[in-house]
Amino acid sequence: MLDLALKGKRGYWGWLIFLLVIMGIGLGCYIYQFQEGLKITGMSRDVSWGFYIAQFTYLVGIAAGGVMVALPCYLHDYKAFGRITVLGEFLAIAAVVMCLLFIFVDLGNPVRIMNVIMYPTPNSILFWDMIVLNGYLFLNILIGWNVLSAERKGLHHPGWVTPLIYLSIPWAFSIHTVTAFLYAGLPGRHFWLTAIMAARFLSSAFAAGPALLILLCLIVRKVSKFDPGKEQIRTLGGIVAYAMIINVFFVLLEFFTAFYSQIPGHMHSLIFLFKGLDGHTQLVPWMWTATVFAALSLILLIIPATRRKEDTLAVACVAVFISTWIDKGLGLVIAGFTPNPFNRVFDYWPTMPELFIAIGVWATGFFVLTILYKIVISVKEEIAA
Amino acid sequence: MMGVDRRQFLKIAGVTALAGLGGKAAVDILAPGDVEASMKALPLTEGKRWAMVINMPELNDEIMNKCIAACHEEHNVPEFGDPKVEVKWLWKEDYHHSFPDHHNEYIDEKYEHKFLLLACNHCSNPPCCRVCPTQATWKREDGIVMMDWHRCIGCRFCMAACPYGSRSFNWGDPRKAPKDKNPDFPTNINYPTRSKGVVEKCTFCDERISKGQLPACVEAANKLKKNVLIFGDLADPDSNVRQVLRKNYTIRRKPALGTEPNIFYIV
Repeated sequence: MLDLALKGKRGYWGWLIFLLVIMGIGLGCYIYQFQEGLKITGMSRDVSWGFYIAQFTYLVGIAAGGVMVALPCYLHDYKAFGRITVLGEFLAIAAVVMCLLFIFVDLGNPVRIMNVIMYPTPNSILFWDMIVLNGYLFLNILIGWNVLSAERKGLHHPGWVTPLIYLSIPWAFSIHTVTAFLYAGLPGRHFWLTAIMAARFLSSAFAAGPALLILLCLIVRKVSKFDPGKEQIRTLGGIVAYAMIINVFFVLLEFFTAFYSQIPGHMHSLIFLFKGLDGHTQLVPWMWTATVFAALSLILLIIPATRRKEDTLAVACVAVFISTWIDKGLGLVIAGFTPNPFNRVFDYWPTMPELFIAIGVWATGFFVLTILYKIVISVKEEIAA
Repeated sequence: MMGVDRRQFLKIAGVTALAGLGGKAAVDILAPGDVEASMKALPLTEGKRWAMVINMPELNDEIMNKCIAACHEEHNVPEFGDPKVEVKWLWKEDYHHSFPDHHNEYIDEKYEHKFLLLACNHCSNPPCCRVCPTQATWKREDGIVMMDWHRCIGCRFCMAACPYGSRSFNWGDPRKAPKDKNPDFPTNINYPTRSKGVVEKCTFCDERISKGQLPACVEAANKLKKNVLIFGDLADPDSNVRQVLRKNYTIRRKPALGTEPNIFYIV
């Protein structure tokens, strides 16, 4: 089926070349980082994880969000989603590829990455994250590819794929749970030390993943003859609505615990994010932007008329994507390190090379996504023809 | 296999290797107990839970600076002149920031901004070792939280896990640290310099303890004043540190986190 990715119109090739150029710039910056070390980033001994790990965390959510198509389809026999499960699976593949790349570019000693396998360490959550992420990648490649090639031949997918599909559903929950455990088990980082972290991660994932999928479905419909379907998009909209409501509710729970208990350590990071701490207000406009977008998305998603209308649903999805990205892809990691163990605040902001590397990784993910979606579209058009 | 089974072979091979290194262990296996008496003179090689007591009222700038200089020279720790990328094994910090949970708005200035020495606490329950994905940092049997700079992948999970800010990352190559600040770098050719991209920290001078010497900071402090930094074995009820802990009121940093730090401060 890969050959289908080699036949495309001018717009398809133009988009791929555009992504390749961005990937090239990112690679160039990465080579610079590889030679000089991570000092070329904005990270410091106080904020020792930054933009890379934040993107990784956000994208694990996008990857896990794909399960919101598989679960209704295979566990609830919601047949309409059968048409788009492969879109969810291929989105997950692209997202996991980005996750792994973001971990890789964050390592101080990337050439030693195999040490994680050579010295397996079950007490380290990072070890388990390696296992669940790679496992999820392989599951989605196997499932997506086999289901699609069976569909192309007009057959039902082979029997051995079915147990893998059932396995992939809890596995999707595991990737974001384990990723939350990276943060939620560290003593002395009050902002992360919360039992609700995994639940928050999952709820924001199940809002952001399907929101991105809706937007991708609308793009697919525009650029091809394959229509993912009105009903499918509408059902996804309902899923995004529920997940976003739960996500915002969980965030408010964090506020209650921090500010009703009045424990300084629990309040500091939230004050830093929304009001600024010790005169450091860098993230404040971002967090209020996230708040406004979250509110906007909730209004558009809760009112049935705007949720069912595809134009307003698209706006809501963009709002969900931006809001959850600021929350997880920016605020979560930086605020976890702020204030530092000495109650001091140090600013962090990604440097230009750091941003270009991150954008390069995003471009790589979209490159993979474009090729995979091109194959899906071609197969679907072939069947329809 | 010709009368020598696998276990015997490994034992012989191991003994040969250890004897080659001139270790006491080799002698121990061949004649258990025989060398114990002679080793007693060097109790520093036999600790079960190394610990340090820092006598805050006795500390002054001169002592602290000498201790830091001794440590950083011993271990080739360069100066970067930039607090964001600084590598610190032993450093000065005031009481207010070292013990942020002990906040008291009426505390006198002279206590609040009294400087003291900070280093790795060599916790008995170290979160850094728990999170390391490659066992590049681990708890030794003698209580030292050790680092293997040749295995560390630079993921910095241990830095996120350490509640004491005791771990430093090599954001760049330490050999490229500014020459004007480090004219003699590397300061100790008998100690390795690190590569970029690995985490490092205080190791309680494992390299000195194994030779029966006190940690470099303790030795430097002793030259100026006795009993400012006291280093010894907590597992031995009669050790110097246990005696000091019995006689003085001491505190540890962030005890509520359950990490069980092994650096104690006399207030």
